Amino acid sequence: MKLTRRDFLKISGAATVGLALEGMGLNLKPVEAYTATLRIKDAKETPSICCYCSVGCGILFHTDTKTGKVIYSEGDADHPINQGSLCAKGASLYQLAQNDKRSTKVLYRAPNSDKWQEKTWEWAYKEIAKRVKKTRDATFTVKNEKGQVVNRCNGIASVGSAAMDNEECWIYQAMLRALGLVYVEHQARI
Amino acid sequence: MTNHFIDFANSDVVLIMGSNAAENHPISFRWVMKAKDKGGIVIHVDPRYTRTSTKADIWAPLRCGTDIAFLGGMIKYVLENDKIFKDYVVNYTNAAYIVGEKFDFKDGLFSGFNAEKKAYDASNWAYVLDEKGIPKKDLSLQDPRCVLQLLKKHYSRYDLDTVSKITGTPKEDLLKVYEAYSSTGKPDKAGTVLYAMGWTQHTVGVQNIRAMCILQLLLGNMGIAGGGVNALRGESNVQGSTDQGLLFHILPGYLPTPSASVTSLAEYNKKYTPVSKDPRSPNWWQNRPKYMVSFLKAMYGDAAKPENEFCYSWLPKTEDGKSYSWLDLFDAMYKKELKGFFSWGQNPACSGANSNKTREAMANLDWMVVVNLFDNETASFWKGPGMDPKKIKTEVFYLPCAASMEKEGSISNSGRWTQWRYKAQEPPGKALPDGDIIAELFLEIRKLYQKPDKKTPLPDPIVNLKWDYMTNHKFDPHLVAKAINGYFLKDVTIGDKTYKKGDLVPAFAMLKDDGSTSCGNWIYCQSYNQDGNNMARRDKSDPSGIGLFPKWSWAWPVNRRIIYNRASVDPTGKPWNPKRVVIEFAGEEKDGKYTSMKWKGDVPDGPWYPLKNPDGSDREDGKLAFIMKPDGYASIFGPGLKDGPFPEHYEPMECPVEKNPLGAQLTNPVAAVYTTAKDALKTCDPRFPFVGTTYRVTEHWQTGVLTRWIPWLIEAEPQIFVEMSEELAQLRQIKNGEKVVVESPRGSVEAVAIVTKRFRPLTVQGVEIHQVGLPWHYGWVWPKEGGDSANLLTPSVGDPNTRIPESKAFMVNVRKKGV
Repeated sequence: MKLTRRDFLKISGAATVGLALEGMGLNLKPVEAYTATLRIKDAKETPSICCYCSVGCGILFHTDTKTGKVIYSEGDADHPINQGSLCAKGASLYQLAQNDKRSTKVLYRAPNSDKWQEKTWEWAYKEIAKRVKKTRDATFTVKNEKGQVVNRCNGIASVGSAAMDNEECWIYQAMLRALGLVYVEHQARI
Repeated sequence: MTNHFIDFANSDVVLIMGSNAAENHPISFRWVMKAKDKGGIVIHVDPRYTRTSTKADIWAPLRCGTDIAFLGGMIKYVLENDKIFKDYVVNYTNAAYIVGEKFDFKDGLFSGFNAEKKAYDASNWAYVLDEKGIPKKDLSLQDPRCVLQLLKKHYSRYDLDTVSKITGTPKEDLLKVYEAYSSTGKPDKAGTVLYAMGWTQHTVGVQNIRAMCILQLLLGNMGIAGGGVNALRGESNVQGSTDQGLLFHILPGYLPTPSASVTSLAEYNKKYTPVSKDPRSPNWWQNRPKYMVSFLKAMYGDAAKPENEFCYSWLPKTEDGKSYSWLDLFDAMYKKELKGFFSWGQNPACSGANSNKTREAMANLDWMVVVNLFDNETASFWKGPGMDPKKIKTEVFYLPCAASMEKEGSISNSGRWTQWRYKAQEPPGKALPDGDIIAELFLEIRKLYQKPDKKTPLPDPIVNLKWDYMTNHKFDPHLVAKAINGYFLKDVTIGDKTYKKGDLVPAFAMLKDDGSTSCGNWIYCQSYNQDGNNMARRDKSDPSGIGLFPKWSWAWPVNRRIIYNRASVDPTGKPWNPKRVVIEFAGEEKDGKYTSMKWKGDVPDGPWYPLKNPDGSDREDGKLAFIMKPDGYASIFGPGLKDGPFPEHYEPMECPVEKNPLGAQLTNPVAAVYTTAKDALKTCDPRFPFVGTTYRVTEHWQTGVLTRWIPWLIEAEPQIFVEMSEELAQLRQIKNGEKVVVESPRGSVEAVAIVTKRFRPLTVQGVEIHQVGLPWHYGWVWPKEGGDSANLLTPSVGDPNTRIPESKAFMVNVRKKGV
């Protein structure tokens, strides 16, 4: 049985068409195979884990090998927790990869300004580093009132982030503690 | 979570309380439904009838913030109807301990309360010790001063009438839940509890969970398949970020943050390394010094030496008794005590309680750095509602970062499965992975400390921080994952095996306190070892037959899938329930005595012999079940908390009642409260007559930064709404779909009214009480008609133990817009 895409769309318009047609003795395997190739033909498959809730569902991303862009995502059928199924958020995840509202530039808002200015990474790293040093050094307590060594920066705080990977979280805490921060918090507290 | 998601299918009774699992953790619900398909009972206790309720066999409504009254009634029911699993309770819990004469409970307060300091002196709650220093026990559980009898006395006040009067739950519904859940107090029955922020976001949050722990212990539900206490956490890696110590009170691996009075590593080890006089207690935290030293080696590398206490002095110290938690942080910011701020992968302008206070606080900063995927209410706070950019001096650096599929690394789910994920595309534009941003920024900061002058305070930890995590100038997650797992730093012989300098440590039992090992986080030791990256494993085999999947990814600790699993067997090592075996002792046996040590099944909570031989004789080398408790027994009586050893019902800090029928104390006497002008609280104020709560919907996530910009999701749930009962709508002349204003003493939001049968008025102390609820996913940045954050309404008051804000129960008014 040979089906064009148009034919398939026509017959798939009916509800539960698959079961009905198979019940009528039609073999839908070629259709399934054909539809599966439509979007992810020539795509590279990458296993991932959903970034939303904490269930940890497996997701497969399909990346167009020519453009390098994610073109589709689906539940990972091999994953023991979700076995291919996903909720509304997980199912929409490729729209996070393909999204023209994503932030793509380093921005700076000057004191009392009403707008953003575009900046480079190099500029941002240097300027942030300067402010970190100035504030840290100005608000650092080596010894408290009781004379106990506390080696603490009192003037800088951080929140974040459960949205980072474990490895990123670890080096982030290492940096913050090396700077002497004690106001270190994140989503787990709220 | 003590258990894991797939394990829900092993339950006979699933109690979902403080969670809307079907909508907020939808895939977890597949496993709840599998339990139901097998004949299990699903119970949902919630102020609102949700999609979780629709699938439940029993739904019981309750008033927000009255869970302890509800559960206290169940404790009374279980004890008075003799539903407890006695063998379990006697062998594995502290029910038999004798409590000292100083412990008492009167007029709503435990003994030892200092009204001036608003704090308890917990020394009043101590056990009676024998001559060896071990708590005295009455194994018959009859002594009036034993924990079980004190428990019975404490909850004797929680009769059905009183509970119903507080919670608003009809008595017949209470009984239905109590009967169904207490049926799990048998060796071959399992009951599990699924909770979420509905339990934690209260000024009695920890005690909500403690009340359930007590029930799980009385019913013998801890450590078993289909049991446990299971937090459905809100974020994909909030388990991991907690494990990695991104909180003020803990370093990675739950090592306490040192405070000022702990002036040396020796003192630290003394203070935080528990000692047990009972040789049968594994007292696992006795290993703490190994984990601390290995952590310091991971941080400071070669600079950390025995002679400088491994640079312990470099770790920042908190002031004793001072909290630096989220609420305290924004309180300090509001009071202009902070100058610089990082908001990394978070949107505090909408996510924390009392958003108006948070947003105003940000205007007091000199500078802030915001790292995110999309513009958000924190990055753009200076142009938000009520803000005049010209008057706000705060400099803002906004750094665009990569999404999860644009980098490689691991995340840990609620069931402690640590799963590796891969990169599927490059980040857009100039966006970079967080790891690259952190790595580069720190190098830039370090440059400024390379040639310190005399005025530069303590450059050493910055200059010496180990920072070799880049390959070809890119952040390399494999290098960090290995550092977290840990290395041998010199040749070390353990038993008959020699490990070479530079080898990865196989598991945390091999870590040392002499500086010969490094380990960034001891609970992750084994995640990336000589076998490779265990977190990336994808072997689907399940020899357990109960869904452990031991070779799929990796779970902390040491790939144990159900923690406290030594409690799943009887004292001779035989499973309580032979049909759902988690572990089983499989050592050789001769003349009624075990002669070799071997377990099969899940990774046991330690390799030791069980407590007894097959002939029932005690083994001196047998070990107790609860290995992380210093004494080896699970705590029904919990003297380690700030608000008492037994949970007691207290009203939310803002509540609709003037009296607590259970005692003279209305609210938690030691709750965290703040005193700025932005911290208004109004109880029984006719201007705010309705109980308010917040929640989430399936289509959005947290403050919505990662969902409001997703076309499918924002189309499905485009704007903030407020759900209310038909009765309340009639009272306020509000029609379904109308725009209304919801206001609290701290702020207001406009929302679309959803008039629904999902909320019903409840009768509380003879008065009709209305409750309303709003999702907190929205913010003014996007979409323009979406509305603002429901956290504009919530109060900045917190649990005394965790200081998590009380976002789930507060008082509001609802009125038609323009009226």
